[in-house]
Amino acid sequence: MNNLVQVQNVSKSFGEVNAVKGVSLEIDQGKFFSLLGPSGCGKTTLLRLIAGFEIPNSGKILIDNKSMDGVEPNLRPTNMVFQNYAIFPHLNVEQNVSYGLRKKNLSKAEKDEMISQVLELVGLTGLNQRSANALSGGQKQRVALARALILKPKVLLLDEPLSALDKKLREQMQLELRHLQRAVGITFILVTHDQEEALTMSDKVAVMFDGEVEQVDSPRKLYERPASQRVASFIGDMNFINEKALETKDGLKVKSKILGDIFIPKNQVSGKLSNNKIIIGIRPEMISIITKNSDSKGLISGKITDISYFGVTTYYKIECGSNAKALSVSAQNSFGQMDYKIGETVKLKMDVNSLVGFLD
Amino acid sequence: MIFAIRTETKKGWRLLSIPFIFSLLLLAAPLTMMFLLSFWTQDYLVLDKTFTLNNYIEAATQPVYQLLFQRSLIISLTVTFFTVLLAYPMAYFISFHGGERKALWLFLITIPFWTSYLLRMFLWKVILGYNGVFNSLLLWLEMITEPVTFILYNANAVVIALTHGWAPFAILPIFVSLEKIDRSLLEASRDLGDGPFHQFFRVILPLSAPGVVGAALIIFIPTVGDYITPKLVGGTDGLMIANMIQVQFSKANNAPLAAALSASSLMIVAFISIVFVLFNKKYLRRY
Repeated sequence: MNNLVQVQNVSKSFGEVNAVKGVSLEIDQGKFFSLLGPSGCGKTTLLRLIAGFEIPNSGKILIDNKSMDGVEPNLRPTNMVFQNYAIFPHLNVEQNVSYGLRKKNLSKAEKDEMISQVLELVGLTGLNQRSANALSGGQKQRVALARALILKPKVLLLDEPLSALDKKLREQMQLELRHLQRAVGITFILVTHDQEEALTMSDKVAVMFDGEVEQVDSPRKLYERPASQRVASFIGDMNFINEKALETKDGLKVKSKILGDIFIPKNQVSGKLSNNKIIIGIRPEMISIITKNSDSKGLISGKITDISYFGVTTYYKIECGSNAKALSVSAQNSFGQMDYKIGETVKLKMDVNSLVGFLD
Repeated sequence: MIFAIRTETKKGWRLLSIPFIFSLLLLAAPLTMMFLLSFWTQDYLVLDKTFTLNNYIEAATQPVYQLLFQRSLIISLTVTFFTVLLAYPMAYFISFHGGERKALWLFLITIPFWTSYLLRMFLWKVILGYNGVFNSLLLWLEMITEPVTFILYNANAVVIALTHGWAPFAILPIFVSLEKIDRSLLEASRDLGDGPFHQFFRVILPLSAPGVVGAALIIFIPTVGDYITPKLVGGTDGLMIANMIQVQFSKANNAPLAAALSASSLMIVAFISIVFVLFNKKYLRRY
């Protein structure tokens, strides 16, 4: 695989604040890459470092094997879609879109051709003369995209481009962006704090906390095999159970009060065993409530203490044994699904293969 | 809802009423009187109130008035041009490089106002005079062999003094319009391939145009009718229309002609200002 963007041990601080601490990343050509993390984790700073709006205190950034040291933003093979879109208010749609074509020495006809192509690509055909002030949020977003894509950058940088849109439009734009990326084949780097957005759109996601990259993986890996408790709880929900573990040749044996005797293979465990302590993680949807008492072997029994209804799913809080934290269990409200009530005692079954272990 | 709007409007009118009466008495009334006066004739102390356009005809045809109008406009336009030209970099510096000291810089700009305008204009005499600071400096630097005289008691002196006197009025509106520019637009222009030069002419200048147009009007309108500056540093070659109006009102005892000159001056300034605004209309949209 060709590493189009290489971030090598890059650090950036603003005064006392270390925004990015020694981050290294490799981003493949033609992929949709996301930087995901809570606000203030340094993801936007990292994006701006790649764009050239910030200069790293140390470390190196290479794009297409060329060092970006001392290269001004206007000379980098990157273009950016800004969080507030930054549409020029004194120019109309066409003038905004063709803003960056100045240097390219194109004839009027070639320019017009490119403009109409890119406007069609983002779904703004016919709005050439519309003034920037008369655009809706979604349209501004599209103009910002068109303005960057028309220059055919090697890397397109997107700084939380969807955060200002309402939910429906956001979901629509997520799909469109994904399709667009596949259609044009340009490498996209997206900054977002929305884990759902990152998972649905990206080929690869880097999760950042406090200026450091904690895990870089495909969305599925990230969700199913989170590298740390922080990643696990930032992306989706997860039950964490504190237990003691014994190391064997190819995994860990745990005698759990709640889960019973279980075995977790090595590849599902992150960290090193030091004092027998392990945190076992399991996603709520990997636990199911068994209605029939027929085969009760290996089942856990618990009492429902809380129910939250979300339409498609229902979340149950189930207490298994005294003094234990209640487990979150989610059930799809699909055809034939039973209804339970608070106080009811139920049997639980869990997918042992989906367990993950976190060691200190 | 309607009730609320009504009381709001009422409140607004009530708040406006005092300044409104004030300006009616102090602005509209004298203006009306001046216009009336301009259609009359004065013979020593007697006012002949029959309607006549003779004063206007005289103001328009007499070479001396034509010259004065012309000179006033040229001086004022030159002052406007240089003031805006000098004010823009200052406003730019404060807005983009002022950092945390913006307030301090703005405060420093107001310092000249602590001294009376008259004193500042007198100071220009000291600076520009035959044995003044400027000439002494040039002599000391041996750049000239005898004092230069083209800088005092003529139109140049008036331009220099007015440009200095009005600079703060130009800096502030330009500063405000620069402050209003969304900084991400600057990054966007860089991102789309502009160097600092193109960034300035494609984004910063067009977006700060309302401030520039505003500053130009603020300088142009009052300087056309400036009276004290030409009187102090203008000599005879630097006299402007306001000086003639003053002479006509007092020494020459011809109030109607003075009124006609004032009214003409007012109309010329209004005309130029309106043309200027219409010409720059596309820049004055609010962003």
